[in-house]
Amino acid sequence: MDELEAIKVTFFQECEELLADLEGGLLTMQDGNEDSDTVNAVFRAVHSIKGGAGAFGLEPLVRFAHVFETLLDALRSNEIPSSPDLTALLLRASDVLADHVNAARGLGVVDMDASAAMAAELKAVTDPSAAPAVVAALVAPVDDEMGIAFTPLVIGADDGMDDDDMDFGFQPMTISLDAQAEDAAVLDNVWTVSIRPKSDLYRKANETGLLLRELARLGPIQATLDDSALPTLEFLDAEAAYITWSVRVETDQGEEAIREVFEFVDGDCELEITRGESPVADVLASLLDIDAPAPIAEEPAFEPIAPEPVAVAPPGVAPASVSAPPPAAPPVAANAPAAAPSAAKPAQIDVPGPGQSVIRVDPERIDHLIDLVGELVINQAMLAQRVGEYGIAPSSNLAMGLDELEQLTRQIQDSVMAIRAQPVKSVFQRMPRLVREVANMTGKQARLVMDGENTEVDKTVIERLADPITHMLRNAIDHGLESPEERKAAGKNPEGVVRLAALHRSGRIVIEVQDDGKGINRERVLSIAVKKGLISPDITLTDEEIDNLIFLPGFSTADKISDVSGRGVGMDVVKRSVQALGGRISITSRPGLGSTFTLSLPLTLAVLDGMVVDVAGETLVIPLACIVESLRPKAEEIRPLGPTGSVLAVRDSFVPLIDVGLTLNYRSKSPSPTEGVVLLVEGEDGSRAALVADAIHGQRQVVIKSLEQNYQQVEGVAAATILGDGRVALILDVDAVINLRRRSPPLPSDPTLIAAE
Amino acid sequence: MTRTVLTVDDSRTMRDMLRMALAGAGFNVVEAVDGEHGLEVLAAHRPDVIITDINMPKLDGFGFIEAVRVDDDYRAIPILVLTTESDPSKKQRAREAGATGWIVKPFNPEKLVEAIRRVAA
Repeated sequence: MDELEAIKVTFFQECEELLADLEGGLLTMQDGNEDSDTVNAVFRAVHSIKGGAGAFGLEPLVRFAHVFETLLDALRSNEIPSSPDLTALLLRASDVLADHVNAARGLGVVDMDASAAMAAELKAVTDPSAAPAVVAALVAPVDDEMGIAFTPLVIGADDGMDDDDMDFGFQPMTISLDAQAEDAAVLDNVWTVSIRPKSDLYRKANETGLLLRELARLGPIQATLDDSALPTLEFLDAEAAYITWSVRVETDQGEEAIREVFEFVDGDCELEITRGESPVADVLASLLDIDAPAPIAEEPAFEPIAPEPVAVAPPGVAPASVSAPPPAAPPVAANAPAAAPSAAKPAQIDVPGPGQSVIRVDPERIDHLIDLVGELVINQAMLAQRVGEYGIAPSSNLAMGLDELEQLTRQIQDSVMAIRAQPVKSVFQRMPRLVREVANMTGKQARLVMDGENTEVDKTVIERLADPITHMLRNAIDHGLESPEERKAAGKNPEGVVRLAALHRSGRIVIEVQDDGKGINRERVLSIAVKKGLISPDITLTDEEIDNLIFLPGFSTADKISDVSGRGVGMDVVKRSVQALGGRISITSRPGLGSTFTLSLPLTLAVLDGMVVDVAGETLVIPLACIVESLRPKAEEIRPLGPTGSVLAVRDSFVPLIDVGLTLNYRSKSPSPTEGVVLLVEGEDGSRAALVADAIHGQRQVVIKSLEQNYQQVEGVAAATILGDGRVALILDVDAVINLRRRSPPLPSDPTLIAAE
Repeated sequence: MTRTVLTVDDSRTMRDMLRMALAGAGFNVVEAVDGEHGLEVLAAHRPDVIITDINMPKLDGFGFIEAVRVDDDYRAIPILVLTTESDPSKKQRAREAGATGWIVKPFNPEKLVEAIRRVAA
């Protein structure tokens, strides 16, 4: 059973992909792109979900998927026209389907009323009246039952399969009416089967020999063949069928069992099944006594063995034959197959899927590998350092070999990280539904445009993207976009556009959420912040500073906290969770034109390129991505500012000088910047600062070890690492250091206030 | 002699289900994700029986069956069609394309193996 469970896991994984395909396809349709490839892909997604669900007996899911599929089938065969309304309905149906999948998986419950309502809505589109397919199925057997009860039968039509599984065993009454039955010594368990294959039977790779073998499974058989129709060799068409078989079967399993043997060749051979001995067959039986498996050996389309030509039971002479569908005998059919009437349409050639072969690996193995490679990087660094300590010349073979080792190590590390990198698509694809729901709830009209879904990030980062993105989107729709009426009044399209984009920028992933709404009402934000005592009333802030006030703890756009974006969580929580990942979030806004949230995160939480520096006897690592340049300042470039601060003149501008040792409390008095090295750094928001350190050791790739996990969060420190000499070094959180420094003298309460200016 | 069965289905779930049922019954199983892929795998593995889905991207089941049937090397290989519906028209179309038999999903392993036995020499 555990194998089955494993397949079930696969099924749900596949469901997620299929649901994503479904939604993606529907969104493409929504954009007016309704080519048959897209519609087919959409159909196939629902079809596959239904198929798998059926295999696991997930009834509610199957039922809903079936209704959905029926509609899509009608759509792809152009039985019903597509329209924006229909696409919107399909999108909502896909949401319900997703709920069903989740429920089947034990995650949440389905609102069955809503599901039933949706199913009814879907049904109404295809079929305002009754389901004709069902009616047809009911009618067909009835037709056959009448009148033709004992005519010799050629199973030709396609309805023979309707009653495949009806096992009605002995039916003495079917015989009793037969006038001819009397003269044959009717043995209840003896049947004569006459088979005249058509060439189509062989074309479909069916084999008379196999049919005989199957008959032999029912009981002892005697097979005879009639090759009277076989032409001489010169007229022989090798592809044609000339042989007729007559088989005497002794079985207790009844006609249905015999008929079932011929299920697959229905229509491809003329078949007569009669109860009792056929006199002809009798004669033949004495001539050619073939026992069961024998005929299998030689079974070509043309038959070399030629016994006495015998006319096999010409139609009409057959003693007792029974009509194909069982006469209205008491229906025993308990095990009839669940006939799911669903119009099948010719499937065209479809959209190429992501068919490349994929190896599925337990993520733990990759994590382990990444850990090991991390150790390797550390080890290689240690080795390099030792070698350096022994004063070995850089041009020596040893040193060069070490360089190569370093490059290799780095390549291994990149490759390993690439294994774990995934496109942000998996997170993005959950968002269209969110946007629909939020828009519905708030009465806004919103269209989501996504960009850069294939941007890759380490899996560990991806997992943590969903929450902030969800929040930013909610916020954009709820607070950013205006109501359709307001938009119209402002001369905008009543439908607002929310853009979600992912991109790589300087070694980080940047997520942007942009709306074309009204922008931030700065006056209101400012007054709220003042009212709540978050800032002092007399402070002068730039526009950006005001915009970023919304990230302050305790700030919320009070007067209408809806259940949508509010949810008791403010943007400050989002900001904190993003910062915990080494990320930043900021907002820019233009009145009347909209706002943009920008979130940036490191591509990986595993490694980092850093500059190793000395500060007050401690070794620190400064992320390379933040460093603009390093310089040795001259005394005249340093200007004092205020009682304790000073700024550095860099080309045409002044940047604040920050002594890292002082900020982190390594020392209480900073040495003159001219004695050390200054690193010009740029924060996430573009603000610059000059960090003062005592010495630079060089550039190194370091493996990030979380401080929070192993110790606790420390302000100004992003994480830790192990250096080549085995010592632990702290990795500086540059933005935090800038903020720490800034807030100390001037601002009252909050560190984040000016964080993102 | 171990028989080789080629399963062609775009659904991983279905391929896994088939593999479980077939491997359990002692068949050697090779897989393909769509009709095009099926034709490639066919050439590489020479299966004794083919089981194929109908709705697939790239090359669907009908097209796949037709392609197998026009190839003198493969046309005698029995092909079973997997279908979720016992819909006569779809089954009929598959047969016209050259399908040997069919299996209605959801199948149980016994029925599946029986269907293979019926068509496999």
